[in-house]
Amino acid sequence: MADEWNPKILAIICNWCSYAGADLAGGARIQYPSDVRTIRVMCTGRIDMLFIMKAFANGADGVLVSGCHFGDCHYLAGNFKAAKRMFMVKNVLKNLGLEDKRFRMTFVSASEGAKWATVISDVVKTVNELGPSPIAEFKK
Amino acid sequence: MAEKEEARVGVFICHCGTNIAGSIDIMDAVEYAKTIPNVAYADQYQYMCSTPGQGKIVEAIKEHNLTGIVVAACSPRLHEPTFRVATKEGGLNPFRFEMANIREQNSWVHMHDKESATAKAKDAIKIAVAKAALLEDLIPKSVPVEHAALVVGAGVGGIQASLDLASAGIKTYLIEKWPTVGGRMSQLDKTFPTLDCSQCILTPKMVDVGRHPNIELMTYCEIEKVEGYIGNFDITIRKKARGVLSPDEATARGIVGGGCNGCGDCAEVCPVIKPNPFEMGMAPRKAIYIYHAQVMPLLYTVDFDACVKCGLCVDACGDKKAIDLEMEDEFITLKIGTAIIATGYNLMPIENKREWGYKQFDNVITGLEFERLICASGPTGGHLIRPSDGETPKSVGFILCAGSRDNTGNGKPYCSRFCCMYSLKHAHQIMEKIPGTKVYLFYMDIRSFGKMYEEFYYRIQSEGAKFIRGRVANVLEDPQTRNLYVRAEDTLLGRPVEVECDLVVLAAAVQPVDEEDVIRKHFGVSKSQDGWMLEAHPKLNPCGTTTAGVFLAGVCQGPKDIPDTVAQAEGAASAASIPIHIGQVELEPYFAQCMEELCAGCGMCIDLCPYQALALVDRSDGSGRKVMSVTEAKCKGCGTCGGFCPGGAIKMQHFTSPQIHAQIDAFLCGGEQ
Repeated sequence: MADEWNPKILAIICNWCSYAGADLAGGARIQYPSDVRTIRVMCTGRIDMLFIMKAFANGADGVLVSGCHFGDCHYLAGNFKAAKRMFMVKNVLKNLGLEDKRFRMTFVSASEGAKWATVISDVVKTVNELGPSPIAEFKK
Repeated sequence: MAEKEEARVGVFICHCGTNIAGSIDIMDAVEYAKTIPNVAYADQYQYMCSTPGQGKIVEAIKEHNLTGIVVAACSPRLHEPTFRVATKEGGLNPFRFEMANIREQNSWVHMHDKESATAKAKDAIKIAVAKAALLEDLIPKSVPVEHAALVVGAGVGGIQASLDLASAGIKTYLIEKWPTVGGRMSQLDKTFPTLDCSQCILTPKMVDVGRHPNIELMTYCEIEKVEGYIGNFDITIRKKARGVLSPDEATARGIVGGGCNGCGDCAEVCPVIKPNPFEMGMAPRKAIYIYHAQVMPLLYTVDFDACVKCGLCVDACGDKKAIDLEMEDEFITLKIGTAIIATGYNLMPIENKREWGYKQFDNVITGLEFERLICASGPTGGHLIRPSDGETPKSVGFILCAGSRDNTGNGKPYCSRFCCMYSLKHAHQIMEKIPGTKVYLFYMDIRSFGKMYEEFYYRIQSEGAKFIRGRVANVLEDPQTRNLYVRAEDTLLGRPVEVECDLVVLAAAVQPVDEEDVIRKHFGVSKSQDGWMLEAHPKLNPCGTTTAGVFLAGVCQGPKDIPDTVAQAEGAASAASIPIHIGQVELEPYFAQCMEELCAGCGMCIDLCPYQALALVDRSDGSGRKVMSVTEAKCKGCGTCGGFCPGGAIKMQHFTSPQIHAQIDAFLCGGEQ
């Protein structure tokens, strides 16, 4: 059973930078692990902390939020405002006893296809090392 | 599970030839889609974007009474508009459409693992269906477009774009940081491959922009602030203190018949001398100056960093009273509909490549310095001299790809595209002006890609220039003669070479202008990996940007020569004129909405909004409670307010919290029946 476990990882990414970067990785056929599922929002600023908490409560093994680099946000500073919230998410996760490494915010621009592939590979590697989320195990 | 809602979603899965079908089991995905809650119909087709593919959507909406559409295919950044139209043709609101990206973010990146790719595609479809089931009808907001355009940068690209826009009947503001229009092209002597005199073909256009009734020329100005959105940008311009009044400005101040007429009496008496940047610092200018004789507009400018305010110029100007040494920067606001950025390039600081000795050895110069030295209107009157002793060089070495195609981390990885050709032109100019001069070109590859470029290359070869294929390792100077020894490996002969030259010209790599990052961020334009501005699509939208209503022209988007710059400028002008001529644009209706019954009136969202689109107002039911209210025209739909609202009172249309929660649930809590 343990051998068959594939991590369930959710990525919520912004339309203008990271989603475009992920598309660029596709166009360039840069291969990366297939364990991440994406939800597109216009800006990482849209991301309510509850979205992330809900994903973990539902048994996600990892969550990734990815937006534009600071200063490059299509909406001026949505990514910056999101990043401030994401620190809070990390604290909440720690307080709940969940490894905060399961959650990550990254910055991938529309021209960084190769970086997107690296980010995904790294997130998947981290979550694989941590193993299944204890919440997911509990829910079984 | 019994269907509680009325949502009836149709799922259409695209093969995209073998682009998707090669890595994903389409039939398996279709069978799976039929089991997802709310899916009323599922189908597949070779190319969903084709006419028959779109026809399937139209038919299915009518036949199966669908309320939402999911197409699993390429990226929504590519075909979302296509399928929205099809959805509309089927009789649904176009925003009842959701796309599952199973190509760019699936089949293309998991090409060798069909099982995992298929599983991921199924999840993507499930997530999209969850959102599609909750999509609502939205009406795009139509806003009027200001009948005016802005062009940033008055090089040849900006000039061409302005002339096109103005000739199309659009009021055009052309702003330029230099005191004159003309840009880099005005510094060049000849242009390749026709050997036209650069100034001769440019100055008529410079005169035209100065004269055109629809063009308002704003030289010595910079962008201070950009607000608004397509159709309604509010631009704040900093009009730098020029210290000199134009005749119009003088008249406005009540000085009849006054203002600068370009006589130059002021510069004659000015005691302060500075290097002239137009001449690449090789000629002097005064603290009150013009760059060169053909400046447009012909107005002197005071360099307040250098001026000692002695007042001699004011006396020399006399009754014209054109000089005001107390002038201060002014701020002007413009209302425009669309904007074109054409900020051009600088040379990279090639002195960072220590091995070639620029700024260590006097006789190592850059291509732009060479242009000024060989130009009849340049500091030497067109007599090519070497800087150390003023002698005419007998042998000249050109180092191509100086800093370009350089992955050492100390250069630019890209090809600067026009250096090969201008170096060939330089070689020709030397051999023509100073017969008998030996010319050596050290090159990696000669990239003569344009119309009549290869033929030009043959011509220079036949004229006797020596081509040595090899990257130059270093340049050494003989301290006595100040001659230079250029050392390279001749990769065709497979042996090292050392050539003694009187003068070495570096075809330095180009890079964005220093202000590019600031201007880019003002307009919300992204940056490519190599530092240039990012176009909306490299092939299909090379003039557009991700900011609606903002377009790119010329080298600011990537290195290009004059013909390509002018062509792109004309393209950008055409694109920028479309919304202006239509007179209105539709904005995507992703506005925030306040659900008053949930709003506690805390006002936290108001400071979060980057566009000042939110305000606290009295609740409409007359209860006297304060609630948030959105000015839709100002809201760009980022959702930063909605992501923070502690009461969940802000509804971000098309990205509502219930929709996103449903997507998360669909992925993590199954969804199969």
